[in-house]
Parts: sequence; structure tokens; C-alpha cells
Amino acid sequence: MSEKKILLGNEAIARGAYEAGVKVSAAYPGTPSTEISEAIAKYDEVYAEWSPNEKVAAEVAIGASIAGTRSMCSMKHVGVNVASDPLFTAAYTGVGGGMVIVAADDPGMYSSQNEQDSRMVARAAMIPVLEPSDSAEAKEFTKLAFELSEHYDTPMMVRSTTRLSHSQGIVELEERKEREALPYERNIAKYVMMPGNAIKRHVFVEERLKRMAEDACSMSVNRAEYRDLSVGFITSGIPYQYVREAMPEASVLKLGLVHPLPRKLIEEFAAKVDKLYIFEELEPVIEEQVKSWGILKAVGKEIFTVQGEYSANMLRERVLGRECKTEAPAQVPARPPILCPGCPHRSVYSVLNRLKIHAAGDIGCYTLGAVAPLGVVDSTICMGSSISTLHGMEKARGKEYIRNWVAVIGDSTFMHTGINSLMNMVYNQSCGTVVILDNSTTGMTGHQDHAATGKTLKGEVVPAINIAQLCRSLGIEHVYEISAFDLDGLTEAFRRETQRDAVSVIITKAPCVLLKGVTFPNKCVPVPEKCRKCGACLRPGCPALTRNADGTISIDETMCNGCGLCEKLCKFDAIETKRKA
Amino acid sequence: MSVKNIMIVGVGGQGTLLTSRILGNLAIHGGYDVKLSEVHGMAQRGGSVVTFVRYGEQVAEPIVEEGCADVLIAFERLEALRYLHFLKKDGVAIVNDWRIDPITVVTGAAEYPENVLDTLRAERKTVVVEATETALEMGAPKTFNVVVLGAAARYVGFEKEAWIRVLETTVPPKTVEVNRRAFEVGYRLETEVQG
Repeated sequence: MSEKKILLGNEAIARGAYEAGVKVSAAYPGTPSTEISEAIAKYDEVYAEWSPNEKVAAEVAIGASIAGTRSMCSMKHVGVNVASDPLFTAAYTGVGGGMVIVAADDPGMYSSQNEQDSRMVARAAMIPVLEPSDSAEAKEFTKLAFELSEHYDTPMMVRSTTRLSHSQGIVELEERKEREALPYERNIAKYVMMPGNAIKRHVFVEERLKRMAEDACSMSVNRAEYRDLSVGFITSGIPYQYVREAMPEASVLKLGLVHPLPRKLIEEFAAKVDKLYIFEELEPVIEEQVKSWGILKAVGKEIFTVQGEYSANMLRERVLGRECKTEAPAQVPARPPILCPGCPHRSVYSVLNRLKIHAAGDIGCYTLGAVAPLGVVDSTICMGSSISTLHGMEKARGKEYIRNWVAVIGDSTFMHTGINSLMNMVYNQSCGTVVILDNSTTGMTGHQDHAATGKTLKGEVVPAINIAQLCRSLGIEHVYEISAFDLDGLTEAFRRETQRDAVSVIITKAPCVLLKGVTFPNKCVPVPEKCRKCGACLRPGCPALTRNADGTISIDETMCNGCGLCEKLCKFDAIETKRKA
Repeated sequence: MSVKNIMIVGVGGQGTLLTSRILGNLAIHGGYDVKLSEVHGMAQRGGSVVTFVRYGEQVAEPIVEEGCADVLIAFERLEALRYLHFLKKDGVAIVNDWRIDPITVVTGAAEYPENVLDTLRAERKTVVVEATETALEMGAPKTFNVVVLGAAARYVGFEKEAWIRVLETTVPPKTVEVNRRAFEVGYRLETEVQG
């Protein structure tokens, strides 16, 4: 009766939660965690939402847990920072229904601004962590996480990494076990975290971790695989697969629960093997604890890095001493990510670039405006930071200093935490121009809805929050909505608003070209005989355009979305916008 | 059977994810253990993307390491060259004869190398497919990746019927017909084999 399917690690996590009877799932999209929510939203039995940010998502999950149902929130590693305020205290309150936080780390920073290790946060928050090694375990461990959560009265973290979240493997599907919600019992000693109560709960939390650490020695997810005893590895997650690949004969202590650690089990394993390696991506979380217990023969970050992803070849080279890279890669031009052909951000940036305006940037596709040829974005820190960093500059150096500056932020990022920063600008009497690049979606993560798009994760149509009205409601008088492709309108507005002694907001509007339902009736076509070879059309760096050997240009028909930016930039009518045949 | 290693490389947006899904489902239907590894997020925006497919009796790591790929499926010439060192010496590169300039070339910071196909052929057995042009002629430009897959089918293995069956259940229902045609065209395409 059971069905086997190939699932992404993220889809398997969603499946595990579904089978465990999860009732509520909340998240803000973030690579590599996004597909968890997209997958879980497909189950009718589960309420799933995009929350405006990870803090809200965590609190939604906490509420659902207090209400006696199983709940989950999922986020990327930097989202854990945003959610850490509620999470650190949820560790104290414990749970009603089981509660799971999925944290997806990004070793190698495929799509992130830093490479932090969520296990460190979990340790600081005193939240136990399970770490699966493939899609099948992703499902199993997520189910187990709910069991442990209820058994130990603690929120549980399931930690993933990009390689696990975005790898597919075979998973055996099982039925969902529906669970009855627990009856509500008022319990302020547990759920009202004022000092008198929290002091007592902290005692419980410390005791709980000790108890779990002891129990962890007999948990089946912590598994000693004894083979050749001359060499042993303590490992977990995806690195386990690299050990199995490169050194299938080696003994392995595979840890499923990576916090708290099963000390006795580790000591036993360490005593049995001659050489001991600790093989964990990112920070030496296991290694430092193991060494602190006096197991000093363990070798870890002395030979393995704290940066980037691991591989089987890393073991072949650094443990077995084999040369793996026998052939140098070909010397070819780099191909970094870029804005898509027809992207409205390119149009807005081309104007800012021409006006020599700097931008305090934010997190999204539009971060790509930092690099050549657009070169507009000068700083990017975290979600929502553009507006507050611009404000900080203004307070430090005065309004004249930021006359040639704006903040740029996407619509989804604005709803995430940008709105708080804008409130701050109003309250603390800043002046400065905030450009909200409204492309009607959360673009970078693959087109998720948010509070201003008018659609929920479940696909329901709801009233969209009007960003312009929202800004006006803060008392900002100068709020303008302009098409992202209205170059003259943008030029005039940027010139005017950056000189204004007040906070102003310019909302540039045009949907993301990759958004479902956005159609492109036109294509741009060069007219070579009119071309003066000036290169003005090439300046914004649209990938559909290439310069021919004779200096004229070609436009790749398979890539062009007919946005008309190149046509508008050509003073000689050497590019035409035509209806597609 | 030892583990078979396949890589699909291209430019973000060219449909490497769909292609790897087709391969993954093929392997499952063949009764194999299978792991796929993909790239999502920022790199998908016009960057260089790579997807790994590994199948066999039992698969541990989800990535293919340098010098270990049996088949390299490339949707763009330069990307074939970029990942060529992942291919075994006796591996096969299936290359779409199409050029997309990276931004570094567009801005003039770098030059698109000349004679990429000759370099590929000198290093490995290389099959060149005019997939994009074929798909354009078919009036279905987006199916070029399935044309490439059709050309790659005989090097990857599996019966043609199995490919078609999996294709039909993997692509969106509305596009089944056009994708089947694209696959057939790719499968039949006169391919120029050298190396």
C-alpha cells in the first residue's frame, strides 16, 4: 500500500509534518527553505501561511502549539535570527502540541548573505536539534521531532542544509495520523514568561537538556556503525553521505540528534577506534564539545574547513592523501547571476545609474544592482536594512550627505521588516527617499505571495494591503507610484525627491517577468542600418543583447521579453518594439 | 551496476530542474536508488547552474565529483566547457550548440572563447545538437531542453518507451504533446559525433 516517491529534502520535511498530523505551518520564504511551505500548502488538512517575517511565523507556530495542536515554522538560517526572540523564550515555555522549527543553513552561500550555523543558535536557545542525512530521513526525523517535542515538552529544531533541502531522494509515503487537539488548560506558570515564572522554567530547561543528553545515548537516530576500527568518524547530516561515499569501510558514529550530544555513546565510540575524525560542515559544534570532554585525539577543523560545503573528495584528499583534481578546469568567463531580460529592476537601476545616485540596498534579486554594469547598490546587510541604514547615514552626516542617495527595497522585503524602518524615519524626522521596487511578488525565492499581493499561500484571493496607502498612513505626504519602465517619470521623481527635506516614497511598479500569468506580447528587434554603434542599449546589461563584430547589436529572440528598455535608450530608433508573431 | 553519474549544466532559467526530474523518475521506474541535487535561489537568475543525477543500487552522496561524470548534458556551449573536467575521460558530452553571453562578456570584462566546440571535441567524446534552433523551427522554443534530452537518451540508457512514459508524467499536462514531439526530434536528430 505504501508508495515510493522521489522528493526534495524540503518536500520530505513537509511530508513528515503532514504524516505527523501537523495542523498549522507558518513561514517566510527563504532559500533553501521555501519549498517546505509550498509542499505543505498542498495538503488540505494543514493550515499553511506565508507570514510577513520569521518572527511572526514562529509566534504563529507557538500559538498553535499552546492551542494544543502540532505546529511548524520553517526558515532559512538568517530567518532564525529574526525569529530568535520568540524561539529563545519558547524554549522556556515548552509546548502544548508538538512544535518544530525547521532551520535550513546554506554552507557555500548559494543564496545567502552569510554562512552561519543554526546549531549554534539552537545551543544558545537550548533547543534540541535533529539533523537528517537524506530525503527519507528528512521525513522520518521530522515525525520524530514532533514526538520528542511532546515527550520532552520542548520546541525541536530540524536542521537542514542547502544540499539536503535541494537534493531529491526516494521516500516511502505513509498515511497521516490525525491528532485530536489537547484540551486547553490555563497554565500561567508555563506560558506567562515573567521573571518569577521564567526563573523556574529555566531550571526545567537545564534539567530537560541533561535528561535528553542521557536518553540520546539510546536513541536509534544516534547510531554507531562499527566496521574497520582503525578509523572512525563522528558525523551527521549530509557529510555522513560523503563519509560513506569516500570511505565505506570506515566506522561511523552517525548522530541524528546533534544537540544535546550523547556523551557516553561518543566516548565509547572514541575509545574503540584508533583514529577519530569529526566531520561536520560549518562550525565545530560537535568537535568543541567532544574535545572539552578530554577526547583530544579527535581531528576536525585542523584539516576540514569552517567554510563552504564538504565533499567525498575532501576526505579522499585530506584523510586518504589522494590527489583528486587531476585536471584543471577550463579558463572560461565567469557567469554570475544577473537580472532577467525584461526585469523591471534593470529599468529603475538604469535611471539611478544615469543620475549617479547611490542606493542603500536590501535582500532580493535587486541586490544584483550592486555589480557592473548597473553599479547602483552600495550596501546590503539583511532584510529591511536599506531604509534604516539610509536613516543612519542621514543622522550621522546630515541631509546634504544623502542628497544623491536612496534606499531600495522590494515589496516583499518591505512587508517583512522594511515597514518598521520606515516608521522610524517618520518618527525620528529623517529625510530621505525610499524606493520600493514593487514587482508584486517575492522574486528571488521563486515567486511567493505576501500581504500586498492579494493571494495567500493556499491560493485564496484576499484583500491586498495597498503599499502606497500604508506609507501615507504613517504620515508620509510624498508617496508616488510610477511605472518601472517610465524612464522620464522616474528621472524626474528621483531628481525632485532626493532634494526634498522630508521622507518620501517612490513605488516603482511592474510585475516580475517570471511571475505566472505575466505575458509578453512584444519583442525588441534591432534595425542595423540605423545603428550608430554607441552602445547605449547595452549599458544596462540586458543578457538578451550582444554586440556583433561590426559594432551593431543582436537581440536573442528566445530571451527577449520585449520590455522596451533598450528601445527607449536608443536615440537613433535603431531598435523597434514589435508584436510577437 | 555501479552508480551512474549524470550532470546537467546550463544557464539559470534554461530548465535544468525539469530535465533532472525526468532523469530521476526514469531511474525510479528502472528500480534504482537515485539522488538528485539542484540549485535554487539566486544562482537561478541567469547564473551558471548545475544539477547532479546519480542512480544505481545504492547511492550515498547526492553530488557528482570532478572526473566522475558519465554523461554531461549542456544546454549552452560555454557551460559545457566550464564543467568538462567533471566528465570521465571516456564520458560523453551532449552539447546544445547555443551561445548565451555571460554578463562579464556583455560588459566587455571578458571574451566569449572562440571554437568552444573544437575544444570540447579535443578533450572528450562530444555530441553537438542544434536543439534551440530545432525547437524554434518547431515553434516551441522552450522545449529545446527536451530536444537535448532526446539526443542524450541513447548515452544515458533506458528504453525509448520508458523515456516517453516518464516524460508524459513529469511535464505539465498541457505540454505533453509538444514535449513528446521535441523528444522524438532530439532522438532522431542527425548528431555529429566526434572525439
